[in-house]
Amino acid sequence: MTTTVDDPTGPPDSAAVTPTGLAAHQITVHFGRQRVLDRVDLHIAPGETVGLRGPSGSGKSTLARVLALLHAPDSGRVALDGRPVGGVRYRVPAAVRTRVAILFQSPRAASDPRLSLADLIAAPLRATGTPTAETTARTAELADLVGLTSDLLTRRPHAVSDGQLQRACLARALAHRPDHLLCDEATAMLDASTQAHVAAVVTDYQRRHSAGVLLITHDPALLARWATRVVDLPGAAVDPPARPPTR
Amino acid sequence: MTTTAPTTVPAGTGRGPALLAVDGLTVRFRLRDAVVHAVSDLSLDLHPGELLAVVGESGCGKSVLAHALLGLLPRNATVTGRARLHPAAGEPVDLIAVGERHLARQVRGRAIGLVPQSPATALTPVRTGRRLLEETLRAHGHPRRAAADAAERVAADVGLHPVDLDRYPHELSGGMAQRLATALALAPDPPLLLADEPTTGLDRPLVDHTLDLLRRRCDTGAAVLLITHDLAAARRVADTVAVMYASRIVEHRPTPDLFDHPGHPYTAGLLDALPDRAFTPVPGHPPMLTDLPAGCAFTPRCPRTTDACHTTPRLAADGGGRLACHHPLTPGAPA
Repeated sequence: MTTTVDDPTGPPDSAAVTPTGLAAHQITVHFGRQRVLDRVDLHIAPGETVGLRGPSGSGKSTLARVLALLHAPDSGRVALDGRPVGGVRYRVPAAVRTRVAILFQSPRAASDPRLSLADLIAAPLRATGTPTAETTARTAELADLVGLTSDLLTRRPHAVSDGQLQRACLARALAHRPDHLLCDEATAMLDASTQAHVAAVVTDYQRRHSAGVLLITHDPALLARWATRVVDLPGAAVDPPARPPTR
Repeated sequence: MTTTAPTTVPAGTGRGPALLAVDGLTVRFRLRDAVVHAVSDLSLDLHPGELLAVVGESGCGKSVLAHALLGLLPRNATVTGRARLHPAAGEPVDLIAVGERHLARQVRGRAIGLVPQSPATALTPVRTGRRLLEETLRAHGHPRRAAADAAERVAADVGLHPVDLDRYPHELSGGMAQRLATALALAPDPPLLLADEPTTGLDRPLVDHTLDLLRRRCDTGAAVLLITHDLAAARRVADTVAVMYASRIVEHRPTPDLFDHPGHPYTAGLLDALPDRAFTPVPGHPPMLTDLPAGCAFTPRCPRTTDACHTTPRLAADGGGRLACHHPLTPGAPA
Protein backbone atom coordinates (compact mmCIF):
# COMPACT_ATOMS: atom_id res chain seq x y z
CA MET A 1 0.00 0.00 0.00
CA THR A 2 1.17 2.86 1.21
CA THR A 3 1.40 6.48 1.41
CA THR A 4 3.28 6.95 4.58
CA VAL A 5 2.98 10.04 6.61
CA ASP A 6 6.21 11.15 8.18
CA ASP A 7 4.77 12.50 11.34
CA PRO A 8 1.78 10.50 12.48
CA THR A 9 1.32 12.61 15.57
CA GLY A 10 1.38 15.91 13.76
CA PRO A 11 -1.69 18.09 13.51
CA PRO A 12 -4.04 17.58 10.60
CA ASP A 13 -3.16 19.95 7.83
CA SER A 14 -3.93 20.59 4.22
CA ALA A 15 -0.35 19.98 3.17
CA ALA A 16 -0.78 16.24 3.45
CA VAL A 17 1.02 14.04 0.98
CA THR A 18 -2.04 13.56 -1.18
CA PRO A 19 -3.89 16.66 -2.24
CA THR A 20 -6.87 15.09 -4.01
CA GLY A 21 -8.91 12.03 -3.27
CA LEU A 22 -9.88 10.19 -0.14
CA ALA A 23 -7.10 9.34 2.26
CA ALA A 24 -6.77 7.48 5.52
CA HIS A 25 -3.75 8.42 7.62
CA GLN A 26 -2.47 6.16 10.36
CA ILE A 27 -5.90 4.82 11.22
CA THR A 28 -6.09 2.80 14.42
CA VAL A 29 -9.30 1.18 15.62
CA HIS A 30 -9.91 -1.02 18.64
CA PHE A 31 -12.96 -3.05 19.48
CA GLY A 32 -12.62 -3.58 23.17
CA ARG A 33 -9.11 -4.86 23.71
CA GLN A 34 -8.81 -6.10 20.18
CA ARG A 35 -6.89 -3.91 17.79
CA VAL A 36 -8.55 -4.21 14.43
CA LEU A 37 -6.56 -1.63 12.50
CA ASP A 38 -3.08 -0.56 13.42
CA ARG A 39 -1.80 2.66 11.84
CA VAL A 40 -3.16 1.93 8.40
CA ASP A 41 -2.71 4.29 5.47
CA LEU A 42 -4.75 4.19 2.32
CA HIS A 43 -5.29 6.62 -0.47
CA ILE A 44 -7.89 6.55 -3.22
CA ALA A 45 -7.26 9.00 -6.04
CA PRO A 46 -10.07 10.27 -8.27
CA GLY A 47 -10.87 7.82 -11.03
CA GLU A 48 -8.93 4.88 -9.69
CA THR A 49 -10.20 1.57 -8.35
CA VAL A 50 -8.27 0.38 -5.33
CA GLY A 51 -8.71 -3.27 -4.50
CA LEU A 52 -8.49 -4.10 -0.82
CA ARG A 53 -7.59 -7.63 0.10
CA GLY A 54 -6.96 -9.43 3.35
CA PRO A 55 -8.03 -12.42 5.39
CA SER A 56 -11.29 -12.56 7.33
CA GLY A 57 -11.10 -10.28 10.33
CA SER A 58 -8.21 -8.22 9.02
CA GLY A 59 -10.28 -5.05 9.30
CA LYS A 60 -11.25 -4.46 5.67
CA SER A 61 -14.83 -3.62 6.47
CA THR A 62 -13.81 -1.52 9.45
CA LEU A 63 -11.48 0.48 7.24
CA ALA A 64 -14.31 0.98 4.75
CA ARG A 65 -16.59 2.20 7.54
CA VAL A 66 -13.92 4.59 8.72
CA LEU A 67 -13.44 5.91 5.20
CA ALA A 68 -17.21 6.25 4.79
CA LEU A 69 -17.17 8.44 7.91
CA LEU A 70 -19.44 6.00 9.70
CA HIS A 71 -16.95 5.07 12.38
CA ALA A 72 -14.61 7.42 14.17
CA PRO A 73 -11.11 5.97 14.39
CA ASP A 74 -9.41 5.82 17.78
CA SER A 75 -6.51 7.64 16.25
CA GLY A 76 -5.48 8.80 12.82
CA ARG A 77 -7.62 10.80 10.45
CA VAL A 78 -9.52 10.68 7.20
CA ALA A 79 -8.88 13.45 4.70
CA LEU A 80 -10.93 14.45 1.67
CA ASP A 81 -8.89 16.32 -0.92
CA GLY A 82 -6.30 17.03 1.72
CA ARG A 83 -8.76 18.39 4.26
CA PRO A 84 -9.21 16.42 7.44
CA VAL A 85 -12.73 15.25 8.11
CA GLY A 86 -14.24 15.07 11.52
CA GLY A 87 -15.65 17.46 13.97
CA VAL A 88 -17.04 17.60 17.41
CA ARG A 89 -17.88 14.02 18.36
CA TYR A 90 -17.46 13.02 14.75
CA ARG A 91 -20.51 14.85 13.51
CA VAL A 92 -19.60 15.15 9.89
CA PRO A 93 -21.48 17.83 7.93
CA ALA A 94 -23.84 16.50 5.26
CA ALA A 95 -21.96 18.39 2.56
CA VAL A 96 -18.91 16.27 3.36
CA ARG A 97 -20.70 13.02 4.11
CA THR A 98 -22.49 12.94 0.79
CA ARG A 99 -19.17 12.93 -1.03
CA VAL A 100 -18.41 9.38 0.08
CA ALA A 101 -20.90 6.56 -0.42
CA ILE A 102 -20.73 2.94 0.64
CA LEU A 103 -22.33 -0.20 -0.70
CA PHE A 104 -22.54 -3.19 1.64
CA GLN A 105 -22.54 -6.92 1.05
CA SER A 106 -26.07 -7.63 2.16
CA PRO A 107 -28.60 -5.26 0.61
CA ARG A 108 -31.29 -6.75 2.82
CA ALA A 109 -29.49 -5.74 5.98
CA ALA A 110 -28.89 -2.30 4.51
CA SER A 111 -32.45 -1.42 3.59
CA ASP A 112 -35.49 -0.48 5.62
CA PRO A 113 -38.07 -3.23 5.01
CA ARG A 114 -40.91 -0.71 5.27
CA LEU A 115 -39.76 1.48 2.40
CA SER A 116 -40.55 0.90 -1.24
CA LEU A 117 -37.51 0.79 -3.50
CA ALA A 118 -38.39 4.29 -4.74
CA ASP A 119 -38.41 5.64 -1.18
CA LEU A 120 -35.21 3.76 -0.45
CA ILE A 121 -33.45 5.43 -3.37
CA ALA A 122 -34.92 8.83 -2.51
CA ALA A 123 -34.02 8.65 1.19
CA PRO A 124 -30.63 10.41 0.98
CA LEU A 125 -32.14 13.12 -1.21
CA ARG A 126 -34.97 13.74 1.25
CA ALA A 127 -32.52 13.70 4.14
CA THR A 128 -30.75 16.70 2.70
CA GLY A 129 -33.95 18.58 1.89
CA THR A 130 -34.00 18.19 -1.88
CA PRO A 131 -37.25 19.64 -3.33
CA THR A 132 -39.90 17.01 -4.04
CA ALA A 133 -40.03 17.49 -7.80
CA GLU A 134 -36.28 17.20 -8.07
CA THR A 135 -36.26 14.12 -5.83
CA THR A 136 -38.85 12.40 -8.03
CA ALA A 137 -36.95 13.16 -11.21
CA ARG A 138 -33.61 12.14 -9.75
CA THR A 139 -35.06 8.89 -8.38
CA ALA A 140 -36.36 7.93 -11.80
CA GLU A 141 -33.02 8.81 -13.33
CA LEU A 142 -31.14 6.69 -10.76
CA ALA A 143 -33.49 3.73 -11.18
CA ASP A 144 -32.92 3.90 -14.89
CA LEU A 145 -29.16 4.08 -14.37
CA VAL A 146 -29.08 0.82 -12.40
CA GLY A 147 -31.66 -0.87 -14.61
CA LEU A 148 -34.64 -1.07 -12.26
CA THR A 149 -37.96 -1.03 -14.08
CA SER A 150 -40.74 1.19 -12.74
CA ASP A 151 -42.92 -1.73 -11.65
CA LEU A 152 -40.17 -2.75 -9.22
CA LEU A 153 -39.97 0.70 -7.64
CA THR A 154 -43.29 0.35 -5.83
CA ARG A 155 -42.25 -2.93 -4.22
CA ARG A 156 -40.72 -3.36 -0.81
CA PRO A 157 -37.46 -5.22 -0.21
CA HIS A 158 -39.10 -8.55 0.67
CA ALA A 159 -40.74 -8.69 -2.74
CA VAL A 160 -37.58 -8.32 -4.81
CA SER A 161 -34.50 -10.48 -5.30
CA ASP A 162 -31.09 -9.79 -3.76
CA GLY A 163 -29.82 -8.62 -7.11
CA GLN A 164 -32.65 -6.16 -7.59
CA LEU A 165 -32.31 -4.87 -4.05
CA GLN A 166 -28.56 -4.41 -4.38
CA ARG A 167 -29.19 -2.38 -7.52
CA ALA A 168 -31.57 -0.17 -5.54
CA CYS A 169 -28.87 0.22 -2.87
CA LEU A 170 -26.40 1.20 -5.59
CA ALA A 171 -28.86 3.80 -6.89
CA ARG A 172 -29.22 5.12 -3.34
CA ALA A 173 -25.44 5.28 -2.95
CA LEU A 174 -25.13 7.30 -6.15
CA ALA A 175 -28.01 9.68 -5.28
CA HIS A 176 -25.75 12.56 -4.28
CA ARG A 177 -23.18 11.90 -7.00
CA PRO A 178 -20.43 10.97 -4.56
CA ASP A 179 -16.77 11.45 -5.39
CA HIS A 180 -15.97 8.11 -3.82
CA LEU A 181 -17.79 4.83 -3.72
CA LEU A 182 -16.74 2.10 -1.31
CA CYS A 183 -17.87 -1.39 -2.29
CA ASP A 184 -17.59 -3.75 0.67
CA GLU A 185 -18.06 -7.22 -0.87
CA ALA A 186 -20.93 -5.58 -2.70
CA THR A 187 -21.22 -8.31 -5.31
CA ALA A 188 -20.40 -11.37 -3.20
CA MET A 189 -24.05 -12.37 -2.86
CA LEU A 190 -24.88 -11.76 -6.49
CA ASP A 191 -24.89 -14.13 -9.44
CA ALA A 192 -22.36 -13.61 -12.21
CA SER A 193 -24.67 -11.65 -14.49
CA THR A 194 -25.87 -9.26 -11.79
CA GLN A 195 -22.30 -8.84 -10.57
CA ALA A 196 -21.14 -7.89 -14.05
CA HIS A 197 -24.08 -5.50 -14.34
CA VAL A 198 -23.35 -3.77 -11.02
CA ALA A 199 -19.68 -3.54 -11.98
CA ALA A 200 -20.59 -2.01 -15.33
CA VAL A 201 -22.83 0.61 -13.69
CA VAL A 202 -20.12 1.52 -11.18
CA THR A 203 -17.36 1.69 -13.79
CA ASP A 204 -19.51 3.84 -16.04
CA TYR A 205 -20.33 6.22 -13.18
CA GLN A 206 -16.68 6.26 -12.20
CA ARG A 207 -15.60 7.27 -15.69
CA ARG A 208 -18.15 10.05 -16.03
CA HIS A 209 -17.58 11.54 -12.58
CA SER A 210 -13.94 10.63 -12.20
CA ALA A 211 -14.89 8.96 -8.95
CA GLY A 212 -12.58 6.90 -6.79
CA VAL A 213 -13.69 3.35 -5.96
CA LEU A 214 -12.62 1.08 -3.14
CA LEU A 215 -13.24 -2.55 -4.00
CA ILE A 216 -13.22 -5.01 -1.12
CA THR A 217 -13.53 -8.57 -2.35
CA HIS A 218 -12.28 -12.08 -1.77
CA ASP A 219 -12.58 -12.93 -5.43
CA PRO A 220 -9.16 -12.86 -7.12
CA ALA A 221 -10.73 -12.88 -10.58
CA LEU A 222 -12.81 -9.82 -9.77
CA LEU A 223 -9.78 -7.99 -8.34
CA ALA A 224 -7.69 -8.82 -11.38
CA ARG A 225 -10.41 -7.62 -13.70
CA TRP A 226 -11.55 -4.48 -11.97
CA ALA A 227 -8.97 -3.02 -9.60
CA THR A 228 -6.33 -0.66 -10.95
CA ARG A 229 -4.15 -1.48 -7.97
CA VAL A 230 -4.43 -3.81 -5.01
CA VAL A 231 -3.64 -3.10 -1.39
CA ASP A 232 -3.13 -5.90 1.12
CA LEU A 233 -4.29 -5.58 4.68
CA PRO A 234 -2.12 -7.92 6.69
CA GLY A 235 -4.08 -9.98 9.14
CA ALA A 236 -1.17 -10.34 11.53
CA ALA A 237 -2.09 -7.39 13.70
CA VAL A 238 -5.47 -8.83 14.48
CA ASP A 239 -4.58 -12.30 15.63
CA PRO A 240 -6.41 -13.14 18.83
CA PRO A 241 -4.90 -10.84 21.42
CA ALA A 242 -2.71 -12.40 24.02
CA ARG A 243 -4.01 -12.30 27.54
CA PRO A 244 -3.53 -8.85 28.97
CA PRO A 245 -0.19 -8.70 30.72
CA THR A 246 -0.53 -9.38 34.39
CA ARG A 247 1.91 -7.89 36.75
CA MET B 1 -50.33 -35.86 -6.53
CA THR B 2 -50.04 -36.02 -10.25
CA THR B 3 -47.06 -35.35 -12.36
CA THR B 4 -47.22 -33.07 -15.30
CA ALA B 5 -45.30 -34.24 -18.36
CA PRO B 6 -42.83 -36.75 -16.97
CA THR B 7 -39.35 -36.42 -18.36
CA THR B 8 -37.98 -39.68 -19.52
CA VAL B 9 -34.30 -38.91 -19.67
CA PRO B 10 -32.31 -39.82 -16.61
CA ALA B 11 -29.34 -37.64 -15.72
CA GLY B 12 -27.17 -40.42 -14.42
CA THR B 13 -25.33 -42.93 -16.45
CA GLY B 14 -26.86 -46.02 -14.93
CA ARG B 15 -24.85 -46.38 -11.75
CA GLY B 16 -27.62 -48.19 -9.97
CA PRO B 17 -30.67 -46.65 -8.41
CA ALA B 18 -30.77 -42.94 -7.73
CA LEU B 19 -30.76 -41.87 -4.11
CA LEU B 20 -33.07 -39.02 -4.98
CA ALA B 21 -35.30 -39.04 -8.03
CA VAL B 22 -37.19 -35.81 -8.61
CA ASP B 23 -39.81 -36.03 -11.30
CA GLY B 24 -41.94 -33.19 -12.59
CA LEU B 25 -41.58 -31.14 -9.41
CA THR B 26 -43.64 -27.98 -9.63
CA VAL B 27 -44.03 -25.35 -6.93
CA ARG B 28 -46.47 -22.45 -7.08
CA PHE B 29 -47.03 -19.75 -4.48
CA ARG B 30 -50.43 -18.13 -4.31
CA LEU B 31 -50.26 -14.43 -3.59
CA ARG B 32 -53.19 -12.09 -3.18
CA ASP B 33 -53.27 -11.12 -6.82
CA ALA B 34 -50.74 -13.34 -8.54
CA VAL B 35 -49.22 -16.80 -8.72
CA VAL B 36 -45.47 -17.22 -8.39
CA HIS B 37 -44.06 -19.93 -10.63
CA ALA B 38 -41.12 -20.84 -8.42
CA VAL B 39 -40.26 -24.30 -9.77
CA SER B 40 -41.67 -25.73 -12.99
CA ASP B 41 -41.61 -29.36 -14.07
CA LEU B 42 -38.19 -30.04 -12.59
CA SER B 43 -36.67 -33.48 -12.92
CA LEU B 44 -33.31 -34.70 -11.74
CA ASP B 45 -31.65 -37.81 -10.38
CA LEU B 46 -28.98 -37.78 -7.75
CA HIS B 47 -26.83 -40.84 -7.13
CA PRO B 48 -24.72 -41.72 -4.11
CA GLY B 49 -21.30 -40.15 -4.50
CA GLU B 50 -22.58 -37.44 -6.81
CA LEU B 51 -22.29 -33.71 -6.25
CA LEU B 52 -24.85 -31.80 -8.27
CA ALA B 53 -24.69 -28.02 -8.32
CA VAL B 54 -27.79 -26.00 -9.17
CA VAL B 55 -26.80 -22.53 -10.35
CA GLY B 56 -28.76 -19.55 -11.57
CA GLU B 57 -29.55 -15.90 -11.01
CA SER B 58 -31.01 -14.83 -7.68
CA GLY B 59 -34.72 -15.40 -7.58
CA CYS B 60 -34.82 -18.19 -10.17
CA GLY B 61 -36.21 -20.75 -7.72
CA LYS B 62 -33.05 -22.51 -6.56
CA SER B 63 -33.69 -22.28 -2.84
CA VAL B 64 -37.35 -23.16 -3.21
CA LEU B 65 -36.25 -26.50 -4.63
CA ALA B 66 -34.31 -27.31 -1.44
CA HIS B 67 -37.13 -26.21 0.80
CA ALA B 68 -39.69 -28.18 -1.20
CA LEU B 69 -37.67 -31.37 -0.75
CA LEU B 70 -37.65 -30.85 3.02
CA GLY B 71 -41.29 -29.80 3.27
CA LEU B 72 -40.30 -26.40 4.60
CA LEU B 73 -42.37 -24.25 2.27
CA PRO B 74 -44.91 -21.76 3.63
CA ARG B 75 -48.61 -22.58 3.58
CA ASN B 76 -49.44 -20.70 0.41
CA ALA B 77 -47.28 -23.08 -1.62
CA THR B 78 -48.72 -25.79 -3.84
CA VAL B 79 -46.35 -28.62 -4.68
CA THR B 80 -46.98 -31.23 -7.34
CA GLY B 81 -44.79 -33.90 -8.85
CA ARG B 82 -42.72 -36.54 -7.15
CA ALA B 83 -39.44 -36.59 -5.25
CA ARG B 84 -38.60 -40.14 -4.28
CA LEU B 85 -35.86 -40.75 -1.77
CA HIS B 86 -34.39 -44.27 -1.77
CA PRO B 87 -32.47 -44.75 1.44
CA ALA B 88 -29.99 -47.63 1.53
CA ALA B 89 -32.07 -49.27 4.23
CA GLY B 90 -35.81 -48.99 4.38
CA GLU B 91 -38.64 -48.13 2.09
CA PRO B 92 -38.41 -45.40 -0.51
CA VAL B 93 -40.46 -42.34 0.38
CA ASP B 94 -42.05 -39.68 -1.76
CA LEU B 95 -40.98 -36.49 -0.03
CA ILE B 96 -43.88 -34.58 -1.55
CA ALA B 97 -46.65 -36.99 -0.64
CA VAL B 98 -45.45 -38.09 2.76
CA GLY B 99 -46.76 -36.14 5.72
CA GLU B 100 -45.12 -33.63 7.99
CA ARG B 101 -44.88 -36.21 10.76
CA HIS B 102 -42.77 -38.56 8.70
CA LEU B 103 -40.61 -35.73 7.39
CA ALA B 104 -39.94 -34.49 10.90
CA ARG B 105 -39.18 -37.91 12.37
CA GLN B 106 -37.46 -39.73 9.57
CA VAL B 107 -36.22 -37.33 6.95
CA ARG B 108 -35.00 -33.95 8.15
CA GLY B 109 -31.55 -34.23 9.62
CA ARG B 110 -31.57 -38.03 9.46
CA ALA B 111 -31.99 -38.79 5.77
CA ILE B 112 -31.40 -35.30 4.42
CA GLY B 113 -29.08 -32.81 6.05
CA LEU B 114 -29.45 -29.11 5.33
CA VAL B 115 -26.50 -26.75 5.38
CA PRO B 116 -28.38 -23.48 5.72
CA GLN B 117 -27.84 -20.26 3.87
CA SER B 118 -27.46 -18.08 6.92
CA PRO B 119 -25.82 -19.74 9.91
CA ALA B 120 -26.53 -16.70 12.06
CA THR B 121 -30.25 -17.40 11.87
CA ALA B 122 -29.98 -21.18 11.91
CA LEU B 123 -28.19 -21.56 15.23
CA THR B 124 -29.92 -21.41 18.59
CA PRO B 125 -28.44 -18.35 20.29
CA VAL B 126 -28.76 -19.72 23.83
CA ARG B 127 -26.70 -22.87 23.32
CA THR B 128 -22.97 -23.26 22.88
CA GLY B 129 -21.70 -25.04 19.81
CA ARG B 130 -20.81 -28.05 21.91
CA ARG B 131 -24.32 -28.38 23.33
CA LEU B 132 -25.87 -27.96 19.91
CA LEU B 133 -23.69 -30.70 18.50
CA GLU B 134 -24.17 -33.08 21.43
CA GLU B 135 -27.91 -32.55 21.36
CA THR B 136 -28.00 -33.29 17.67
CA LEU B 137 -25.91 -36.41 18.06
CA ARG B 138 -27.97 -37.70 20.99
CA ALA B 139 -31.18 -37.06 19.08
CA HIS B 140 -29.75 -39.27 16.38
CA GLY B 141 -29.01 -42.15 18.68
CA HIS B 142 -25.55 -41.57 20.09
CA PRO B 143 -25.36 -42.52 23.74
CA ARG B 144 -24.58 -39.59 26.04
CA ARG B 145 -20.97 -40.67 26.62
CA ALA B 146 -20.15 -41.16 22.99
CA ALA B 147 -21.81 -37.90 21.98
CA ALA B 148 -19.15 -35.76 23.63
CA ASP B 149 -16.33 -37.46 21.76
CA ALA B 150 -18.26 -37.54 18.53
CA ALA B 151 -19.01 -33.82 18.83
CA GLU B 152 -15.31 -33.02 19.00
CA ARG B 153 -14.60 -35.33 16.11
CA VAL B 154 -17.24 -33.75 13.88
CA ALA B 155 -16.06 -30.28 14.88
CA ALA B 156 -12.47 -31.13 14.04
CA ASP B 157 -13.67 -32.48 10.72
CA VAL B 158 -15.05 -29.09 9.70
CA GLY B 159 -12.04 -27.24 11.07
CA LEU B 160 -13.51 -25.96 14.34
CA HIS B 161 -11.18 -25.73 17.30
CA PRO B 162 -12.49 -27.37 20.51
CA VAL B 163 -12.13 -23.99 22.25
CA ASP B 164 -14.57 -22.43 19.79
CA LEU B 165 -17.12 -25.12 20.63
CA ASP B 166 -17.62 -23.57 24.03
CA ARG B 167 -18.70 -20.27 22.56
CA TYR B 168 -22.21 -19.10 21.86
CA PRO B 169 -23.18 -18.45 18.25
CA HIS B 170 -22.96 -14.67 18.62
CA GLU B 171 -19.36 -15.02 19.75
CA LEU B 172 -18.39 -16.79 16.53
CA SER B 173 -17.29 -15.06 13.36
CA GLY B 174 -19.37 -15.66 10.24
CA GLY B 175 -16.94 -18.28 9.04
CA MET B 176 -16.90 -20.17 12.32
CA ALA B 177 -20.71 -20.06 12.55
CA GLN B 178 -20.90 -21.47 9.05
CA ARG B 179 -18.57 -24.30 10.01
CA LEU B 180 -20.68 -25.04 13.08
CA ALA B 181 -23.87 -25.12 10.98
CA THR B 182 -22.12 -27.44 8.55
CA ALA B 183 -20.98 -29.67 11.40
CA LEU B 184 -24.58 -29.88 12.67
CA ALA B 185 -25.78 -30.98 9.25
CA LEU B 186 -22.99 -33.55 8.92
CA ALA B 187 -23.22 -34.95 12.46
CA PRO B 188 -26.02 -37.47 11.88
CA ASP B 189 -24.20 -38.60 8.74
CA PRO B 190 -27.15 -38.22 6.36
CA PRO B 191 -26.88 -39.94 2.97
CA LEU B 192 -28.13 -36.78 1.24
CA LEU B 193 -26.98 -33.23 1.94
CA LEU B 194 -28.69 -30.11 0.69
CA ALA B 195 -26.33 -27.15 0.81
CA ASP B 196 -28.18 -23.90 0.19
CA GLU B 197 -25.62 -21.20 -0.63
CA PRO B 198 -23.27 -22.56 2.05
CA THR B 199 -20.43 -20.22 1.17
CA THR B 200 -22.09 -16.81 1.05
CA GLY B 201 -20.07 -14.30 2.99
CA LEU B 202 -17.07 -16.51 3.58
CA ASP B 203 -13.63 -15.54 2.41
CA ARG B 204 -11.96 -17.57 -0.29
CA PRO B 205 -9.97 -20.00 1.87
CA LEU B 206 -13.10 -20.78 3.91
CA VAL B 207 -15.18 -21.16 0.78
CA ASP B 208 -12.69 -23.69 -0.51
CA HIS B 209 -12.59 -25.46 2.83
CA THR B 210 -16.39 -25.78 2.98
CA LEU B 211 -16.59 -26.97 -0.61
CA ASP B 212 -13.86 -29.52 -0.12
CA LEU B 213 -15.69 -30.79 2.94
CA LEU B 214 -18.81 -31.39 0.85
CA ARG B 215 -16.70 -33.01 -1.83
CA ARG B 216 -15.16 -35.39 0.70
CA ARG B 217 -18.64 -36.37 1.89
CA CYS B 218 -19.44 -37.31 -1.67
CA ASP B 219 -16.28 -39.29 -2.04
CA THR B 220 -17.29 -41.35 0.98
CA GLY B 221 -20.66 -42.18 -0.53
CA ALA B 222 -23.05 -39.35 0.31
CA ALA B 223 -24.88 -37.32 -2.32
CA VAL B 224 -24.84 -33.53 -2.26
CA LEU B 225 -27.18 -31.04 -3.87
CA LEU B 226 -25.29 -27.75 -3.85
CA ILE B 227 -27.38 -24.68 -4.50
CA THR B 228 -25.24 -21.71 -5.35
CA HIS B 229 -24.94 -18.58 -7.42
CA ASP B 230 -21.16 -18.93 -7.42
CA LEU B 231 -20.06 -20.52 -10.69
CA ALA B 232 -16.47 -20.79 -9.50
CA ALA B 233 -17.65 -22.84 -6.52
CA ALA B 234 -19.68 -25.14 -8.75
CA ARG B 235 -16.73 -25.59 -11.05
CA ARG B 236 -14.45 -26.49 -8.19
CA VAL B 237 -16.43 -29.38 -6.73
CA ALA B 238 -19.47 -30.38 -8.78
CA ASP B 239 -19.72 -33.53 -10.90
CA THR B 240 -22.63 -32.11 -12.85
CA VAL B 241 -24.11 -28.62 -13.00
CA ALA B 242 -27.77 -27.80 -13.59
CA VAL B 243 -28.51 -24.26 -14.73
CA MET B 244 -31.87 -22.90 -13.63
CA TYR B 245 -33.58 -20.03 -15.34
CA ALA B 246 -37.00 -18.68 -14.42
CA SER B 247 -38.06 -21.78 -12.46
CA ARG B 248 -36.84 -24.37 -14.97
CA ILE B 249 -33.67 -26.33 -15.50
CA VAL B 250 -32.48 -25.21 -18.93
CA GLU B 251 -29.25 -27.15 -19.07
CA HIS B 252 -27.66 -29.94 -17.07
CA ARG B 253 -24.36 -31.60 -17.92
CA PRO B 254 -21.02 -32.72 -16.54
CA THR B 255 -19.10 -29.75 -15.12
CA PRO B 256 -16.23 -29.52 -17.62
CA ASP B 257 -18.63 -29.80 -20.59
CA LEU B 258 -20.85 -27.08 -19.23
CA PHE B 259 -18.01 -24.65 -18.70
CA ASP B 260 -16.26 -25.41 -21.98
CA HIS B 261 -19.18 -26.08 -24.31
CA PRO B 262 -22.39 -24.53 -22.99
CA GLY B 263 -25.38 -25.48 -25.12
CA HIS B 264 -27.97 -23.01 -23.87
CA PRO B 265 -27.55 -19.33 -24.80
CA TYR B 266 -28.35 -18.43 -21.19
CA THR B 267 -25.56 -20.65 -19.85
CA ALA B 268 -23.20 -19.05 -22.32
CA GLY B 269 -24.32 -15.58 -21.22
CA LEU B 270 -23.87 -16.45 -17.56
CA LEU B 271 -20.36 -17.74 -18.22
CA ASP B 272 -19.53 -14.60 -20.20
CA ALA B 273 -20.44 -12.53 -17.14
CA LEU B 274 -17.58 -14.06 -15.14
CA PRO B 275 -14.82 -11.57 -14.34
CA ASP B 276 -12.19 -13.86 -15.82
CA ARG B 277 -14.16 -14.10 -19.06
CA ALA B 278 -15.90 -11.24 -20.88
CA PHE B 279 -17.33 -9.67 -17.66
CA THR B 280 -20.42 -8.53 -19.55
CA PRO B 281 -23.86 -9.08 -18.06
CA VAL B 282 -26.58 -11.02 -19.83
CA PRO B 283 -28.57 -8.25 -21.53
CA GLY B 284 -31.99 -7.45 -20.13
CA HIS B 285 -33.49 -8.70 -16.90
CA PRO B 286 -34.83 -12.02 -15.71
CA PRO B 287 -38.62 -12.20 -15.98
CA MET B 288 -40.84 -11.93 -12.93
CA LEU B 289 -41.86 -15.38 -11.72
CA THR B 290 -45.41 -14.05 -11.46
CA ASP B 291 -45.47 -13.15 -15.12
CA LEU B 292 -43.47 -15.61 -17.19
CA PRO B 293 -43.60 -15.26 -20.95
CA ALA B 294 -45.20 -18.08 -22.91
CA GLY B 295 -42.70 -20.57 -24.29
CA CYS B 296 -39.03 -20.30 -23.47
CA ALA B 297 -38.66 -17.73 -20.68
CA PHE B 298 -35.26 -16.63 -21.99
CA THR B 299 -36.73 -15.49 -25.31
CA PRO B 300 -36.78 -11.74 -24.54
CA ARG B 301 -33.03 -11.77 -23.73
CA CYS B 302 -31.88 -14.33 -26.26
CA PRO B 303 -29.96 -13.45 -29.42
CA ARG B 304 -31.10 -16.63 -31.16
CA THR B 305 -34.84 -16.23 -30.73
CA THR B 306 -37.16 -17.32 -33.53
CA ASP B 307 -40.88 -18.07 -33.71
CA ALA B 308 -40.21 -21.61 -32.56
CA CYS B 309 -39.23 -20.23 -29.13
CA HIS B 310 -42.84 -19.41 -28.30
CA THR B 311 -43.41 -23.04 -27.43
CA THR B 312 -41.68 -24.29 -24.30
CA PRO B 313 -38.67 -26.42 -25.23
CA ARG B 314 -38.47 -29.82 -23.60
CA LEU B 315 -35.51 -30.70 -21.44
CA ALA B 316 -34.14 -33.44 -23.66
CA ALA B 317 -30.98 -35.51 -23.79
CA ASP B 318 -28.16 -33.70 -25.51
CA GLY B 319 -24.66 -35.05 -25.73
CA GLY B 320 -23.76 -36.19 -22.24
CA GLY B 321 -26.38 -34.02 -20.58
CA ARG B 322 -29.78 -32.43 -20.90
CA LEU B 323 -30.76 -29.23 -22.64
CA ALA B 324 -33.96 -27.24 -23.13
CA CYS B 325 -33.44 -25.04 -26.15
CA HIS B 326 -34.76 -24.85 -29.71
CA HIS B 327 -31.52 -23.32 -31.00
CA PRO B 328 -28.64 -24.71 -28.96
CA LEU B 329 -25.10 -23.43 -29.38
CA THR B 330 -23.44 -26.81 -29.52
CA PRO B 331 -22.91 -27.77 -33.14
CA GLY B 332 -24.39 -31.09 -34.13
CA ALA B 333 -26.90 -31.18 -31.31
CA PRO B 334 -30.45 -32.20 -32.18
CA ALA B 335 -32.39 -28.98 -32.73
